[in-house]
Amino acid sequence: MKVLVAVKRVVDYNVKVRVKNDGSGVDLTNVKMSINPFDEIAVEEAVRLKEAGKVDEVVLVSIGSAKSEETLRTGLAMGADRGILVNTDDLAVEPLAVAKILQKVTEKEQPSLVILGKQAIDDDCNQTGQMLSALMNWPQGTFASEVALDDTQVTVTREVDGGLQTVKLSLPAVVTTDLRLNEPRFASLPNIMKAKKKPVDKLTPAELGLGEGDIKPRLEIVQTQEPAKRQAGIKVVTVAELVDKLKNEAGVL
Amino acid sequence: MTTLLIAEHNGQQLAPATLSALTAAQQIGGDIAMLIAGAEVTAVAEQAAQCAGVAQVLVAQDDSLRYELAENLSALIISLAGDYSHIVAPSNSITKDAMPRVAALLDVGQLSDITGVLSATQFQRPIYAGNAIATVTSLDDKQVITVRAASFAKASAQGGSATVTSVAVPAGSGLSTWVADELTVSERPQLTAADRVVSGGRGVGSKENFALLESLADKLGAALGASRAAVDAGFVSNDMQVGQTGKIVAPELYMAFGISGAIQHLAGMKDAKVIVAVNKDEDAPIFQVADYYLVADLFDVLPELIEKL
Repeated sequence: MKVLVAVKRVVDYNVKVRVKNDGSGVDLTNVKMSINPFDEIAVEEAVRLKEAGKVDEVVLVSIGSAKSEETLRTGLAMGADRGILVNTDDLAVEPLAVAKILQKVTEKEQPSLVILGKQAIDDDCNQTGQMLSALMNWPQGTFASEVALDDTQVTVTREVDGGLQTVKLSLPAVVTTDLRLNEPRFASLPNIMKAKKKPVDKLTPAELGLGEGDIKPRLEIVQTQEPAKRQAGIKVVTVAELVDKLKNEAGVL
Repeated sequence: MTTLLIAEHNGQQLAPATLSALTAAQQIGGDIAMLIAGAEVTAVAEQAAQCAGVAQVLVAQDDSLRYELAENLSALIISLAGDYSHIVAPSNSITKDAMPRVAALLDVGQLSDITGVLSATQFQRPIYAGNAIATVTSLDDKQVITVRAASFAKASAQGGSATVTSVAVPAGSGLSTWVADELTVSERPQLTAADRVVSGGRGVGSKENFALLESLADKLGAALGASRAAVDAGFVSNDMQVGQTGKIVAPELYMAFGISGAIQHLAGMKDAKVIVAVNKDEDAPIFQVADYYLVADLFDVLPELIEKL
């Protein structure tokens, strides 16, 4: 069985981003970039399924500029077998466009399972996995905290608002990972070296049969602003003072 | 311009988030139809018909909708979508699951978690864990939107007199089947709808110590929340997590105990009206967003606070 995992290159999750003064966007020059944390969990799950003998091959795919190759190498060092880079240059690709590109890759690679992160921490959309599964007319197991795979189906425990929900999906299927699915491994130095030799196919949307119309943005970003700043807080010294302030100053008690 | 609003409910009652999404739909303008989907929804449909500004209530009642699986729910919404310019839903784990599926099948983009309506096609939404707010114009001919309930006041649940119509439900997809639910039982108010939230982090130290926070929450009639560290350490269940990857709350009062205030946590609570933080660490980032803060051991503060309230 083959598993396809989608990975995205995003601003490192520890970076406090800065909005550009002219409102044109977030300043990404010289900012540390990493693999999206949810995608790291997706790679880890695929590699664990391979180690458990349930999966023969783990293929990674990343969509973006040529720099996304670094992200693919990170996943390859964790144990994935090969990578596919779909180069969209500097074009901003939205989830629908990514889903359409992934659909073409999925049709080409014929995996039994596609694993994605539940959301990317830059655009916070939480859409791509669901959109891919819609385009393929496959079932979806979103926000997975547990995945049990057998030959014909996958059982997914999902993190829902009131607790957990378990669903069974017929294969092929799409699964998106939640934070508690697993603890991703660190790539060892020898594995990082080995990953440099693993194959990465380079494609363009045109080579996958997609025209400009298929991947054009649907949302025009008019402006990016800083969120409203909160007023500086007041330090209180005693519990009595705190209760007094909450009652008489803030009026919330 | 017509809007289809997907209601959130528990089979007996409309969720408060539905009323917040209704406000967003009213700001978009045009007629509003509310869709109530589920296995047994008669009571909810009656409530929906009373909501201010709802012209029509569509009732989709079928056993295939019992667990609101994305494959079935999206097929239902698609079957109705032709009549509407906007498809709007409060952002929750059901709509986050189903709405992108709807958008892709309609070949339109989706606007996730909007926090502001500027016009029928222009909206605001937070990006980068709430550290930037993007104003976006949709270029599609139909808008699929999820609404961050915490950013909109609740519309009135009274004064309306909508017509109630049953709609046909497409056959279940057969692609997925529900196996089990393991829901957290709680007497306290629901986290995303509560006026007051008491939250604990790694500093609380253990599952047992959370009892102290529970006493305070009960005293205040507050919901109990947690940071990711507290969930990962096994102190509480994960549906209590507040943050970028958990729930987004904006209560009147948010009290954070033993929470450092990582970017990801702040993303879930920094729109609260009043934030109180108690932490031993004078440099904890949470103090930068707190209205009132106390540099102290939470185990000294909590008993005294409970006693004084």
